[in-house]
Amino acid sequence: MSKLIEVTDLDIYYGDFLAVENVSMTIEPKAITALIGPSGCGKSTFLRSLNRMHEVIPGAYCKGNVTMDGQNLYGKNVDPVSVRRRIGMVFQRPNPFPTMSIKENVLAGVKLNNTKISKSDANDLVESSLRGANLWEEVKDRLDQPGSGLSGGQQQRLCIARTIAIQPDVVLMDEPCSALDPISTLAIEDLMNELKNEYTIVIVTHNMQQAARVSDRTGFFNIAGTGKPGKLIEFDDTEKIFSNPANKATEDYVSGRFG
Amino acid sequence: MTTSTPARTEPTSSRNAQVETSGIKPGRISQALHAGILIGSVLLALGLLYVFGTVSLFPLLMLGAAIYLVVIYVVGRAIEGRRHGLDRFVTGLVTTFFLMALIPLLSVIWTVVSKGLARFDAEFFTWSMRGVLGEGGGAYHAIMGTLIITGITTLLSVPIGIFAAIYLVEYGQKGRLAKALTFFVDVMTGIPSIVAGLFAVALFTLFLGPGARMGIIGSVALMVLMIPVVVRSTEEMLRLVPNELREASYALGVPKWLTISKVVLPTAAAGIGTGVTLAIARVIGETAPLLVTVGTTTNLNVNPFDGRMQTLPVFAYYSYATPGIPREAFTERMWAAVLTLMLIVMTLNIIARLISKFFAPKTGR
Repeated sequence: MSKLIEVTDLDIYYGDFLAVENVSMTIEPKAITALIGPSGCGKSTFLRSLNRMHEVIPGAYCKGNVTMDGQNLYGKNVDPVSVRRRIGMVFQRPNPFPTMSIKENVLAGVKLNNTKISKSDANDLVESSLRGANLWEEVKDRLDQPGSGLSGGQQQRLCIARTIAIQPDVVLMDEPCSALDPISTLAIEDLMNELKNEYTIVIVTHNMQQAARVSDRTGFFNIAGTGKPGKLIEFDDTEKIFSNPANKATEDYVSGRFG
Repeated sequence: MTTSTPARTEPTSSRNAQVETSGIKPGRISQALHAGILIGSVLLALGLLYVFGTVSLFPLLMLGAAIYLVVIYVVGRAIEGRRHGLDRFVTGLVTTFFLMALIPLLSVIWTVVSKGLARFDAEFFTWSMRGVLGEGGGAYHAIMGTLIITGITTLLSVPIGIFAAIYLVEYGQKGRLAKALTFFVDVMTGIPSIVAGLFAVALFTLFLGPGARMGIIGSVALMVLMIPVVVRSTEEMLRLVPNELREASYALGVPKWLTISKVVLPTAAAGIGTGVTLAIARVIGETAPLLVTVGTTTNLNVNPFDGRMQTLPVFAYYSYATPGIPREAFTERMWAAVLTLMLIVMTLNIIARLISKFFAPKTGR
């Protein structure tokens, strides 16, 4: 299931503005890769370019190569929709579909694509996805109620269940815990640890303790100043980044002496 | 509020002292006194009118309101202080203007209902005016005409309007075409309805020659009026759908058109439904464009592609403008027609409310 992503010389633009410059990294399968760095340094932009969500914004595009198991995701004949089916994404703010029940939200990836699915298969998929997102026990008696009636932490796990229901190879998470309380955060972090047995996970976080707790590899992004492009400063094993980083800026940032 | 911030750093004893000197207010105007002032003002106005002129309802209410505003300000200021007095005055002023806005509305409803009920009977809804010269007859042909013409207009305008709005919001971005479309929609929402009517006449004169009168021409005229309203309201509703939902859908590998049809439109369905019903209500009462495109007839004609049709607004207009003998019969039919039209519009509004209630995204709380 999980796959290796290789990024080489990726430049990401919003119109004329170069937002992220010259990123190269290898994202290992069955591991959690964390991206840290100050606000506006391009972490989320980089993350969104991994499943071609970046180009959804008008005028946004990127140059360079992103390959998943050797296949170029930005190749000429590649349909961005098919890329997004292989690489799922969880957003900063929980965003369940307000018109759908909990069950329909989990099945959204299937139903919205008009894929036929038998009732028993659908029920199995709902249960396995919700169990995978550690939400089954909390919602199994109210699957037909609206997803927006859940608490923030539950909604976020519902969004994770929705993402893993399409059985992607990679799961991208854009600050998935920044809108959540510590207990929900813990639940999501435990979940990430379980998910990494099956999926490649990339997470953007502002919480350095979180990056240190959950990730195997960490990338530090920085920006020279407003209006300048963000760059990948250092990318290494999480332990090394937080104990003995090679770069001075990384050390300043992880030790809180930044800015 | 004013004392709490500095008081926080001060010792407890002085804070208590401050509250005692500044926090305690003089008494309030009791409800009984308030009601007394209100009734007294009206009675005083009644007395003044009786002494200086004739008593009638509208001047009585105006004078009563004016006296009430002055008295409540003075009394409020004396008992409750300057700020409360002013508050009482402004509350009274706003309420007065609200009631003034209600007067024409209630007056219209009262007039239409009281005068329309005279002929609001079974014959009115089952008979046309064919061969009816004086009393009797009905507006069945006009009701059918209005429903058919408005129905065709709706069937044609709603898809065009919704798709145009989808283009503007989802595809056009800020391109030139989208800007031009927005501009023309804005202009078209403001054009006088007779212009739409004459446009439709001119258009069909090209195909059918001069003098053609048909239901479909009226529908085209009403379309010109309805499409901009549908585009505008749908556009607003689509813009209200959070972008996060679109992104959530894209991130699940859902193509754009399915995202629009299955996520964006259902989320906005309540608002779009309300907008469409209000747009129908907007065009159903148009008179001038139907007068020049559909004409008038006393017979029932349910074929919008063949000849003149009758519609409720035109029916009402001709009943008033060219009555026969006895005149009362025509006037009564006119009021009944207007009442019917008002009930249709009211039904549409109720439907719009039901739509927004049942289709609105559920919160589960």
